[in-house]
Formats: sequence, C-alpha cells, structure tokens
Amino acid sequence: MWIYEKKLQYPVRVSTCNPMLARFLIEQYGGADGELSAALRYLNQRYSIPDEVIGLLTDIGTEEFAHLEMIATMVYKLTKDATPDQMKAAGLGDHYVNHDNALFYHNASGVPWTASYIQAKGDPIADLYEDIAAEEKARATYQWIIDMSDDPDLNDGLRFLREREVVHSQRFREAVEILKEERDKKKYF
Amino acid sequence: MSQHQLPQEFYPLMEELQAVDFVLVELTLYLDTHPNDTAAIQQFNEMAYYRHQLVPQIEQYYGPLQQFGNSYSGYPWNWNQSPWPWQL
Ligand SMILES: [Fe+2]
Repeated sequence: MWIYEKKLQYPVRVSTCNPMLARFLIEQYGGADGELSAALRYLNQRYSIPDEVIGLLTDIGTEEFAHLEMIATMVYKLTKDATPDQMKAAGLGDHYVNHDNALFYHNASGVPWTASYIQAKGDPIADLYEDIAAEEKARATYQWIIDMSDDPDLNDGLRFLREREVVHSQRFREAVEILKEERDKKKYF
Repeated sequence: MSQHQLPQEFYPLMEELQAVDFVLVELTLYLDTHPNDTAAIQQFNEMAYYRHQLVPQIEQYYGPLQQFGNSYSGYPWNWNQSPWPWQL
C-alpha cells in the first residue's frame, strides 16, 4: 500500500503568475516523458522484473509521484490567479474551455495522456533500457523548459527535478549491471 | 476555506525535514543497488532516527503529516486542515 505524506519533496516557489510557463510545464505532468508516465511505468514493471531490482523500481516509482505533486504545485501556483484572458493569451484557451483552472493529464499541446507512452516487455533488460531512456528524455525536457523560463524561483525547483532524473538513470544503469552479473553466474556455475 | 495560520517556527522545521528526507531518499536508492555498503547503512539508520525525532516537532504546528494511523490525530480530526503542501 501507499502512504501519502503532507509535504512536498522539495520546496516549490514561483515568482509571478505565468500561465505560459504552466503550459510548458504540463508536458512533465501528462506528457510522454513526464512524471505520471514514469511512476506508472516503473510500478507496473515491478511484477515481472527479477527480485534483485523490485526494490529499486518501487522506490523510484514512488519518488516519481512526489515529482508529479511538485509539477502540479508549480502549475497551480503559476495559474491560480490567472484570468480567462491571461489563460487565452498564454495559449491555454483550449484548456480553459474544458477544464477552467483545473489540472489535467495532457501534454503541452493538449494531447491527453495515454498508456501507449509506456511499456512493459517482461524482458528485464528491455524494460530497464526503456527506463534509462525515459530518465534521459525527462532530463532533457527539464533542460528545455529551464531554457525557456525566466522565473528564477521556478527554475530552482526544475533544476532539482532535472538532477533527480540523472540519479534515477544512474541507478537503473547499475540495475542492468546487477542483472547481467546474475545472468553470468548462472551460465558458468 | 480558511487556512490555519502557521507560526514562523514551522517553516525552518519543514525545510529541515525536506533536507533530511532528501538524504534518506538518496541513500534508499543507492542502497537498492549497493546493499552491502555498511557505512551507507549506518548513515541511513542515523538519519532515520533523526527523522523520528523531527516529525513530532513539525506535527505540533502542522497537524498529522501522514494518516491511516501513522500520525496521531488532534481533536477535532485535523488531517484535513489547510494548508496542504501546494497551498503553503
Ligand atoms: Fe525519474
């Protein structure tokens, strides 16, 4: 089971109301390489992965939900005081007619989240390589958002999230090595 | 909904918990792939102990950090008391 903790993993601050930045950030909420995809991908792969890496998938998958909450907090703070006119000017008119200022799982272009963003192949190496690629793609996305953002407070939180992708990628690479070692042991002894 | 006014003392304590928990998350993921690192396990257990000391100090101002029985309740039931993390 999961226990919610009433705290953000890392403090989230934004300088000003900025629905345009919120629109870009939604990519990491309901986009292909976003935090929802990450959490659901890893937690779903756990059931068929070798025992050696179930703990890692559980813990990284759980941390991704904390990241999802940070992104939601950023979007909430960037849009909570926005008027319909400001939403429209930021390109969020299409979002506003359907959701008002509510959050929704879609990407920066408004395409709703789909399970086809993620995979579970049942082959541990294939799954872990997908996970490494997912972390690298998420890291790159954070970088592109930081490059477009002029909000220093927001960027502090985004840099934290970008660094987490680097650590997750590293841990998944180590998991691949652990599985290869196990496989080689079985072959020769 | 009116939000419960938090005293100044709350904020540094919450940041301290975020810092401690960051160390614990990092050590957890590291130990998931380095299960025999004794020094890291010792550091993990020390930080876990420190966390248990810190949590009640925060909860006296903020109310329960977790539920389903992982935190004690005040009277009346204070789990749903604002501000929630995104409202802070
Ligand atoms: Fe990640």
